[in-house]
Amino acid sequence: MTGTAEEQRASDLPVVPVRHPGRWIGAAVVLVLLAMFVHWLVATDGLHWDVVRKYLFDPSIEHAAWHTVELTVLAMVIGIVLGVVLAVMRLSPNPIMSGAAWAYVWFFRGTPVLVQVLFWFNLPAVMKSLSLGVPFGPSWFHTDPKTLITQFGAAVLGLGLNEAAYMSEIARAGILSVDDGQTEAAQALGMTRLQTMQRVVLPQAMRVIIPPTGNETISMLKTTSIVLVIGYLELTATAQVIGARTFLVIPLYLTVSIWYIAMTSVLYVGQYYLERYFARGSIRALPPTPLQRIRMLGSRNPV
Amino acid sequence: MTTEPMVRAEGVWKRFGLVDVLRGIDLTVERGEVMCILGPSGSGKSTFLRCINHLENVDAGRLVVDGELVGYEQRGGKLYELREGEVARKRAEIGMVFQRFNLFPHMTALGNIVEAPIRVKRVSRTAAEKRGRELLERVGLGGREDTYPRQLSGGQQQRVAIARALAMDPKLMLFDEPTSALDPELVGEVLDVMRDLATSGMTMVVVTHEIGFAREVGDALVFIDEGVVVESGPPKQVLTSPQHERTKAFLSKVL
Repeated sequence: MTGTAEEQRASDLPVVPVRHPGRWIGAAVVLVLLAMFVHWLVATDGLHWDVVRKYLFDPSIEHAAWHTVELTVLAMVIGIVLGVVLAVMRLSPNPIMSGAAWAYVWFFRGTPVLVQVLFWFNLPAVMKSLSLGVPFGPSWFHTDPKTLITQFGAAVLGLGLNEAAYMSEIARAGILSVDDGQTEAAQALGMTRLQTMQRVVLPQAMRVIIPPTGNETISMLKTTSIVLVIGYLELTATAQVIGARTFLVIPLYLTVSIWYIAMTSVLYVGQYYLERYFARGSIRALPPTPLQRIRMLGSRNPV
Repeated sequence: MTTEPMVRAEGVWKRFGLVDVLRGIDLTVERGEVMCILGPSGSGKSTFLRCINHLENVDAGRLVVDGELVGYEQRGGKLYELREGEVARKRAEIGMVFQRFNLFPHMTALGNIVEAPIRVKRVSRTAAEKRGRELLERVGLGGREDTYPRQLSGGQQQRVAIARALAMDPKLMLFDEPTSALDPELVGEVLDVMRDLATSGMTMVVVTHEIGFAREVGDALVFIDEGVVVESGPPKQVLTSPQHERTKAFLSKVL
């Protein structure tokens, strides 16, 4: 009886919602700060937006952005492939294998990537020749390390080998996240260790591996800028060179920042769809992609 | 050769660290026989099942499956430990069904079934899929080929798991508490499939708590406790007039 009386009262009387004065004050402060920042961006002559516009699609900047992409892709490919191999080695029952993988990760995580890039670049100075053959025995193939380790080669090696150490831990976490029952079921069906890894464990580990790998790729895109220490002209180094020549340092850094943000945003999209692909079978129904949502709006069919 | 039983265990011993899980298991599973293994949890019955499939190594004793020592090959008076590939080939001839189904969640029902025939037996995809559909039909899941495991009920998942094992044309099927993780109302559908399989003449070793199934379908029943076979015989005899105190105590709790 009291329940119905209460309902009655609730529907008849005017309702006073809870006030949130704190939220209004907070929002006002943020909006004022934002307005000040935008005003500063627009009104500061020293930022030279006209120069930013002029250099944004300058051939030398576009060329440099392409170099940054090349470095990122190659370093990440080396990092991911070698990282997965190291993770599998680390989980091997053979103590030499797992020990070697452990030592690799220990060494490459223990030294700065900047030092590693400088090390590879300067290696030809102490290594007079590189040869392929029987260990401690005769060799069939000789070359001068200088031809292999160019600026670009040293940059890719330095970044890629360093990345492999971090990727191996990410891959190992992914592999460990897959239930042991999956391995057992695959083995009971007569699948070998390699088949089990390829077909059963890794595809499931991918769900855990992808988000931190996206993180690493985005991080790598910007870490490539450190190779300016060996004089390789990627995006940041190019901005520095042009800035020094024209005395317009800040506008050029703004220019490359826009490039970095644009490239990072593209990676976000890629990661979104990769995650969806490897999530198949894991949730009852996947939420629609932004594109599918737009299409649904067009068809006016809300189901 | 054909008189050789499918599984012959003599003094099978298994130790995990300091614990002796199996302390000399002796039993024989004849061809075409359905053997049910009963026992309290921790008695070692699942471990024994896993030994048959070489998912665990036997520490001592002899375990012979289809006339061949598990994990070894006898050549010229010596036992050679099998390589990984050879172990895998032997496992391919033995089907196993797990308590927790262990279906591959990233593959559809049909994908789960055709995976091993295609990768391990090198069957063509078309042939494997045709057979896969037949098997799904057989376990009562015709038309669910493209469903992912998580979209199926526990009972349906377990039936897909049985179909997956059957797709390899095994000579022996091992069931490790196949209905223990299921809601009571879903147990029946899985037991029905297993009953059909038994009728078709498949040799089966079933670790279970389903006394009714053991009585109706089982040809032999073994009661294991603390790593040894306490009692064995025809199911009706063991279940109605157990000889040992431990069997009696166990049955009084589960019946």
